[in-house]
Formats: sequence, structure tokens, C-alpha cells
Amino acid sequence: MKKDIILAGVGGQGILTIATVLGAAALNRGWNLKQAEVHGMSQRGGDVQSHLRLSDQIIFSDLIPYGKADMILSVEPMEALRHLPYLAPDGWIISNSTPFKNIPDYPDEEQLYAEIKKIPNNVLIDADSIAKAVKAPRSMNIVMLGAAIKYLEFTPEELKEAIKMIFNRKGERIVEENLRALDAGINA
Amino acid sequence: MEKMMLLGDEAVAQGALDAGISGFYGYPGTPSTEIIEYAQQSKQAEEMKVHRVWSSNEKTALEAALGMSFSGKRAMVTMKHVGLNVAADPFMNSACTGAHGGLIIAVADDPSMHSSQNEQDSRFYGKFAMIPVLEPSNQQECYDMAFFGFELSEKYHIPVLLRLTTRLAHSRSGVIRRNSIPQKELKLPEDLYQFLLLPAIARKRYKHLIELQADFLKEAEQSPYNQLTLEAKDYSMGIITTGLAYNYLRENFIDQPIPYPVLKISHYPLPEKAIHQLYDKCDSLLVLEEGMPVAEDILKGLAWTGTKPIYGRLDGTIERDGELNPNKVARALGLPDTEGKPVPAVVRPRPPALCIGCPHSDSFLALNEALKDYGKGHVFSDIGCYTLGFMPPYNAINSCVDMGASITMAKGAADAGLYPSIGVIGDSTFFHSGLTGLMDCVYENANVVIVILDNSTTAMTGGQEYTGYGKIEDVCKGIGVNPDHIRIFKPLKTNWDEMVRIYQEEIAYNGVSVVIPRRECIQTLRKKNKMETPE
Repeated sequence: MKKDIILAGVGGQGILTIATVLGAAALNRGWNLKQAEVHGMSQRGGDVQSHLRLSDQIIFSDLIPYGKADMILSVEPMEALRHLPYLAPDGWIISNSTPFKNIPDYPDEEQLYAEIKKIPNNVLIDADSIAKAVKAPRSMNIVMLGAAIKYLEFTPEELKEAIKMIFNRKGERIVEENLRALDAGINA
Repeated sequence: MEKMMLLGDEAVAQGALDAGISGFYGYPGTPSTEIIEYAQQSKQAEEMKVHRVWSSNEKTALEAALGMSFSGKRAMVTMKHVGLNVAADPFMNSACTGAHGGLIIAVADDPSMHSSQNEQDSRFYGKFAMIPVLEPSNQQECYDMAFFGFELSEKYHIPVLLRLTTRLAHSRSGVIRRNSIPQKELKLPEDLYQFLLLPAIARKRYKHLIELQADFLKEAEQSPYNQLTLEAKDYSMGIITTGLAYNYLRENFIDQPIPYPVLKISHYPLPEKAIHQLYDKCDSLLVLEEGMPVAEDILKGLAWTGTKPIYGRLDGTIERDGELNPNKVARALGLPDTEGKPVPAVVRPRPPALCIGCPHSDSFLALNEALKDYGKGHVFSDIGCYTLGFMPPYNAINSCVDMGASITMAKGAADAGLYPSIGVIGDSTFFHSGLTGLMDCVYENANVVIVILDNSTTAMTGGQEYTGYGKIEDVCKGIGVNPDHIRIFKPLKTNWDEMVRIYQEEIAYNGVSVVIPRRECIQTLRKKNKMETPE
């Protein structure tokens, strides 16, 4: 079994944390992982993506081929669409609806939502509001992860375990915030 | 042994640490930065007292690493591909001096120019210097090749070039560690004139380097990192892969054996025997390389008399520029290509930009205001975050060539009569390669305004320290800039009038002016504040 995921967003929105948590859950299963990241210039407010490949088999390419991704998981609606050429015909697009507007010609959100809904397997949630509602405003990214896991066939328990591992050294409060965010995303 | 999840860069660093390295040297540059950053955060490196402080530039770094090698200890120097241009002088000569303690020159190339101004291929440098080159294809090889590279270096007393590319440097995967070995003792070279390239000695050393070529070839032909698989179903084509390209080939045959014979190359010079075996057996060759067509070019050569076709980047089977990916390789193999839906038209580009609240933003807007009566085309800039001053709403700069070129291009333009002629450079870049250019300006009293944007860090690569921190105005004074024309302000909207006035006054002054807008990078400031206020 393999899961190829394009993580998308804007520099600084926390997509690498999603990759770290999901990666830890995969490793706990004894799976293999490859994760291509973007460093350098694009991190300065530009669009960023990470190719996260999880598999119980050996993984060769660090990049997911076009048209083969099982999921685009995006913390920003316009960025979800930027990577459509990677998505497999039966793949899922899971996106936050809250736009990140740092360009003068940012399009109308409704147009973006309409495009996302054209993909048969889509989930569009307001992860920023959900994160605030459960008093975990900095964990919007983990809300998105929560919304994605059932389509990735990971259990909540596996992800909770991974969150505890990853955030443990930041203290109990941060762990609890992220666990709340994960649950809120799962139930969204 | 323990399995770690490491970026390619980190695997190189961990490999070097386990292989008993005594010193890392380098200057930050995407995609190489994480090698030294990893070593800086490593407890093991701290316990071993491994040197891992940033150098002023790639040239000083390589020379220091060579000095450590002279002293019998294992050293690694790290840089991005264009950094090797800066270090080219010691690099080429180190092939002649050779090494004593193991010396690895780790260079990370950036095909597709994700964060660079060109996509030069460092393997050309390896061939130019006539030294062995290692090009790992995955994170495990990054780790293992640190051991292998040091051993090879010490066996032949030669520096070894380790070539990485972006997709390996910045991709994470599992790495299995080996037992670590102790550092080397301080020990002088047997021949105390080995590193003394006076013509009489240099001629001998060069002959020696030429003699070593046969050994380097033999090593590559026997290398565990070069694997020829001749057994195959289909001999209409033989495939040569270098480095990372092997992965994209395998990706296209994930559920089945590759039908063609394959030569996987990760250790240069090119293993000639294996190439001949492959060529003799097949009707054609396909060469898959990440970067420039280095191997393909050598195979075809100018005096190429072979009759079988060789496909690759040179004949357009694969795009001539840009990094490889599984789809490019699929098309080269004649396999069906895959693609999802196109990007909807509503999606707009989101280029990188100066952060909200960035000090450079205020510095550029005030500079634009001061220059508004002179028209466009007066500002030479440099390599760093402030290159983003090109983007709207600033549209503030007219050049970005190489580290330090802002100052020297401004001087040349002023020599030609351009007025005003402004050079804009960052603080870390100034100490990397700007100082000598400023001395040229002072020596001739060129009519330039040099703006040294001081945000107290090497910002673009993620906020590394640099050697000249806190010394800008003292250094400028010391090299002869008139202290009355070294002007400092804090780039903030509230200081608008002062900023514009200072720029205008220095533009009006006929001679060398240095203007220093000084305010800390908001990214490093944010990081510091986070560390100081526990959550």
C-alpha cells in the first residue's frame, strides 16, 4: 500500500509540521517515507509544496509523478488548485477555505471554492475558524490533517500517538492543543 | 543500527560525523545550508568538538578545510554550486596539492534554479580539476559516501567532490547508521612541500595528478556505487543513469523489472569498461542525468564515430534545462505520460516577497523616493532577500549577478558616467564579497552610494550568523570611506523624511558614500522572541 500526498500552502503556514506528524505515524507502522521539501527563496511568502510519499514498499522517486497523487492536502484554497496536475483521477483534494492574501490580485474566493468542488472527491473546511473554536488557533494545520486522515486510511489513534511524539518536547499544553485540533478536524 | 529520518544534506553531515570528521567549513547557500546547520545542532559534534562555524565565504572555507587536511584531520567544506565559482581558485589548486587528512568538497547544485541564478553542474568542475566525484542517488548513499569519500581521499591523497542536487539535499528519508569511528590525530604530511605550489613543485604535482587518473578510473570501475545490470529482456536500448536519475527510472517500472540493461553511475570518472559493455550489447543508449548533460557530452564527444544513437538532453529526448522528474523520464522511455487536471485559470502566481514588516521594504521605498527625479536604472543589487526588491511594489533594483557584484557594478557604471550609481548589498553578502569592491571604490574615489542593508543576519538562507557582525561602519572607516559619509538610519515608516534626506544628501556628494539602514530581520527577531518567552 502506498499514499502519495502533495502538501500545499504558503511559506510559514506549517505544512512541514503536517508532514512530520503524518510521517511519524507512517514510521510507527514500519512504513517507508520520502519527503521532498522546499527551502530557500520560496519560503519568503511564496507558494510552497512538499511531496510526501508513504509506502509499505521501497520508495524510489523523491517526487510524485504528475497524475499519481492520492491527495492534495492544502492549508490554503488557491494553493490547493495550483497542484491539480499532480492529482490522480480518483484522488482527494482536501483544503482549508481561509485564503491567505499576500498578493494584490488574489482572486474571488467563491471562484476558488467552485473549482475545488469540481473535483469529485473534495473536502473544503474553514480550518482557521475550527482551530479558533477549539482554542487551538495555531493548529490550523493539524485541523487539516484531522480532516484528511480517514481518506488516507490512518486511524485517529495512530495520529494521536504521532502528535504526542512530535510535540512532547514543547510541553503538555501544546500537545493538548494539537490533539483538540486533530479531533476537531476529524469531526469537521 | 539506529534508523534516522534525514534530509540528504543532514545525512551527509551525520555520515561525516560518524566517519570521524574534525571540521566542517562553509558559507550558507540553498540547497547546501542544512549540512552545517545539522552539525551545529548535533550533540555528537559538540562532544567531539568538531569545528562547524560559518566562514566569510566559500573560498575562505575551502582554504581552511585544506589547512585542516594538511594537519592530517578529516574535513568537509560545503557550498551551493555558484559558491564553487567563488572557491574555484583553491578548488583547482587543491587538486594539485592533494589532501592529507580526508577532504570532501560537498557542493549542492540547484537544477531548475529554485533558489539560484544559474543551474551549472559541479561535475564539470570535478572533471576540470581531474578529481573523483561522488553523486549519491539517495539519502542512504549520502550517509555512506561520507565514509567512502574520506577513505578514497586518504587512499590517494586527493580531495573528493561530493555532488548533491536540490531534490536529494532537501528530501527526507530513512538512513541506517554505522558505528562511528574516532577522529584522526594531528599529523603533518610526510612531504612538507606537498602543498607548496611553486612552479617547480607544481609541475611535479600536476604530473602526479595525471598519473593518478588511471587509479581514479580503476576505482570508479570497481566502485560499489556503479552498478551494471546487463541481464535484460530488451536490448534495443541501454540506459545510463547518474545520481538521482536512477530513482526516476525505477519509479517508471515500480511493479516490474526494468526491461532494459542499466548502468547506474554514482562515482566518477565515468566507468569506461562498463559503458563499453553496455554499448556493445545494445542498439542505442539513453542517458538520464540530473543537471547538465555531462556524461552524455563525454560519450558523444567531438570525435564520436559510433554508429548507434545516444539519446539524452543533447538531442532533445529530454528537455535541455531544468531538473528531471518521473514524467520526463517516462516520456524519454516512450512510456505513457500521466497528468492530472490543468491548473484552473483563476489561480494566480504567488512569487516570494519581502515579509510584511521587513526592514528592506522601508529602505527600498525611501530609496525610490530619493531617486524619483533621476528616472529608472540606477540601482545595482546583489544576492539575498533584498533581491526581492525587484518585485512590485518596489521595482527598486536593476541587477543581481553574483555575491558582491552590486558594489563593483555600481563602480563600473559610475566610471562610465552613470549618475547616481547605487549599489545595494546585504550585511552578510558585504563581508562575503563586498569588501574588496568597496576598496576599489575608495581607491579611485568613485562617485557611488553603497547601501549596506544591515538586518544582522544571513536572512535568505534562514538566519545564519556571519563573520563581520557589528563591524560594518568600523570596517568602512578602516578601508578609507570618509566617516562623514557613512550614514546610518533605522528603516521605519516613522523615519521616512530622515531616510529620504540621507539618501539624497549622499547622492549629492561626489565620492564614496556608505548608507547603512539598520534594523533586525523580523524572522530572526520573531525566532528570538519565541525562545525568550516560553509558551
